[in-house]
Amino acid sequence: MARPAPIDSPPPHGRPARSSRSLVRALVPLSGIAVLILVWDVALSLGGGRSQLLPRPFAVVRAIAELAQKGFLLKHVVASLFRVTWGYVAAVIVGIPLGVVLGWYRRGGMAIAPILEILRPISPLAWIPVAILWFGVGDVSAVFIIFLGSLFPLTLTAMNAVRGVEVVHVNAGRNFGLRAPELLRRVIYPAILPQLIVGLRLSLGIAWLVVVAAEMIAVSSGLGFLIIDARNAGNRYDLVVAGMVLIGVIGIALDAIMRSLERSKAVAWGYTILEGEQPDVAGVDAAGRATVLP
Amino acid sequence: MTGNAEVKVHIQDLSKAFHTNGHEIRVLEHIDLDVREGELVCILGPSGCGKSTLLNIVGGFLPASSGDVAIDGLPVRRPDPRRIFVFQERGVFPWLTVEGNIGFGISGLPATERAARIAHYVRLVGLEGFENAYPQELSGGMKQRVEVARALAVNPDVLYLDEPFGALDSITRLVMRSELLRIWQTERKTILFVTHDIEESCQLADRIVVLSARPGSIRRVVEVDLPHPRDLSSPRYLALRDSILEEIGLAHRI
Amino acid sequence: MTDGNRKSEIGNRDEGAPPLPVGPRLVESILLPVGTAAVLIAFWHAAVRLSHTDVFPSPLSVLRGVGELARKGVLARYIADSLLRVGAGYSLALVLGIPLGIALGWYSTAARAVNPVIQLLRPISPLAWIPVAIVLFGVTNVAAIFLIFLASFFTIVVAAMNGVRNVPGMYLAAGRNFGLSVPALFSRVIFPAALPRVLTGLRVALGVAWLVVVAAEMIAVNSGLGYLVIDSRNAGKRYDLVIAAMLLIGLIGLVLNTLVRQVERLRAVRWGFNAP
Repeated sequence: MARPAPIDSPPPHGRPARSSRSLVRALVPLSGIAVLILVWDVALSLGGGRSQLLPRPFAVVRAIAELAQKGFLLKHVVASLFRVTWGYVAAVIVGIPLGVVLGWYRRGGMAIAPILEILRPISPLAWIPVAILWFGVGDVSAVFIIFLGSLFPLTLTAMNAVRGVEVVHVNAGRNFGLRAPELLRRVIYPAILPQLIVGLRLSLGIAWLVVVAAEMIAVSSGLGFLIIDARNAGNRYDLVVAGMVLIGVIGIALDAIMRSLERSKAVAWGYTILEGEQPDVAGVDAAGRATVLP
Repeated sequence: MTGNAEVKVHIQDLSKAFHTNGHEIRVLEHIDLDVREGELVCILGPSGCGKSTLLNIVGGFLPASSGDVAIDGLPVRRPDPRRIFVFQERGVFPWLTVEGNIGFGISGLPATERAARIAHYVRLVGLEGFENAYPQELSGGMKQRVEVARALAVNPDVLYLDEPFGALDSITRLVMRSELLRIWQTERKTILFVTHDIEESCQLADRIVVLSARPGSIRRVVEVDLPHPRDLSSPRYLALRDSILEEIGLAHRI
Repeated sequence: MTDGNRKSEIGNRDEGAPPLPVGPRLVESILLPVGTAAVLIAFWHAAVRLSHTDVFPSPLSVLRGVGELARKGVLARYIADSLLRVGAGYSLALVLGIPLGIALGWYSTAARAVNPVIQLLRPISPLAWIPVAIVLFGVTNVAAIFLIFLASFFTIVVAAMNGVRNVPGMYLAAGRNFGLSVPALFSRVIFPAALPRVLTGLRVALGVAWLVVVAAEMIAVNSGLGYLVIDSRNAGKRYDLVIAAMLLIGLIGLVLNTLVRQVERLRAVRWGFNAP
């Protein structure tokens, strides 16, 4: 245990030092993935019995290559991204204004928030029968499932963010003669933006997480479909794991894209309050504010 | 009041009570006060005496339970850009730069005029070179100056300051006080200044309104006829300070 | 989480203003949601009636469905089974996740190595793990528990890691200054300092674990609320039971969340939340 902890030292996870060691440091994250792959391979080569059904890493690479060759790779990825985009965008359009209103009107929030809290723990999976009943078997149902998955966290994030706006800032805005619409645009909106961006990122993650459930509804494309179909039709576990790997990699990419928004200076103030902590995972922030996980 | 200038802020028989779980907490009782145009009045009282509540009622952020507040003869119902409330440095918008903050209240002006005004007040509070800095990059004193400049930029008649220098270190606080006096003397605003610091009120005020502990009521109004700049070691200044210390019931010996 | 104090609070924190009344607000905070729920249920009832649907159940038939389950004695058993599975998976995730998270929070290089793995695995739905779980554990309760474990494990690891990582260096320096050994530093400084944040993470993780119960019970186990959702639809399109199961899942989720929030109110950790 030799972590030096000088007073006021930046958190140990600050930016990599700009030194000759930076190359080594850049390799560290890759080493984790490398170890994962190694353990996976060794475990399967030693394990017997049923585990022989599972593919070794190289088989998964081959499976991805096979998908790419047949042109399925792009088709599945695009189909999944398409459904996620529609469901997510719809959730943003509905959830954020709703959350802002519920956050602003205390009584409105009191009346509706508990109902959202009851609906939130219900797995999108459980909604599938209802979705099929309402929208039939098809893309609309799938998009609806994704919409639901990201709607509740988005709404609750926006609501909590508005509730957390500093009173002094609202009062200062009113003092300068701002009326409701202007107050919303010039005070509330910039004040909640940092939290909103984190919420947008986390709920995009959820939307992406839900894609498998959504694609259980008899659609015939998408990475979720790939996983389910590969298992049901012929126990192609290499394709199952290939689908999982693709979902993981695309999930990281989506997260990175959303994260880049958080670097903008106009929102940076909202994160430095938490001592430079990038709220990197799971909506666990010090104030317990952005409790936005699935 | 035997004022020679016109009455700007008129407070009459003002009381305020909060209700909690059926019982009532009286915070302010029967406050009568007139503030003349261009006057700097300090409201001095111990923590919990309701002096901030008083300022918030006068500012229009909070309704009174009974009594009236009128400014220029018109009752106060809501906050008004002609009268700006300076919060402690906490009121600075963290998402705007220094320029953006100072220009917040004058967004209706043509761009060139707005820029000129901003530049003027940046200079006035000595923040040249920091126009594009964000509040998190500034010290507490600088943020405080941003708030004062933001308030002055809309050219208000009245400034309300609620323990504005409370969070500053003692040196910065002294500097800020003389800055405030300099700005007050050039711009001739009416200023209501809430503080719990006896020295601060003696250094700044034309009149000091001493409030009692909760429920707050006016114990005494002290006219301060010391000219600015005040000599903080002159016998008259010390006598004034001691009389207020005595009024509050403290001997000035530790 | 303070809520609506904002509107009535004023300029600077006012030493004269007492906190807002609690009594009337408590009543309000119960009556308002109950009222809204009543309106929604009435609306639901009217919509079912007016549309003459014979598939989608009315609120009343959902209630009858719950009654039927209770009479058959399966209601309590299903709830208990779901809670047991979630409890087992979640407890396992706690036991393994917290030490791992603390270790990762302390050794920053290890965290940098492990973080990408977590980020890679996190977007993968528990559903996608079902085939793998079945291969590894067969069609058993263990497979279901494994899914719940997986879903909450990452959240817990990350919460513990961030909690330790964000303990201010000053506290550590102060602890060292008083001559604390490393174990003492852990038990007397790092643990209490990290606790509030870790607790929030544990609450979120419990929510995730409960959310996954439906997916987990898709693995052919034959009890539990998740099983009820799937089974009621597949066997006979009993939509009244589908909706009943959904609402039960929602209500129990809310109760779990509220219970963990009570822990956050304990005085030892309250400083870490912006609660009043």
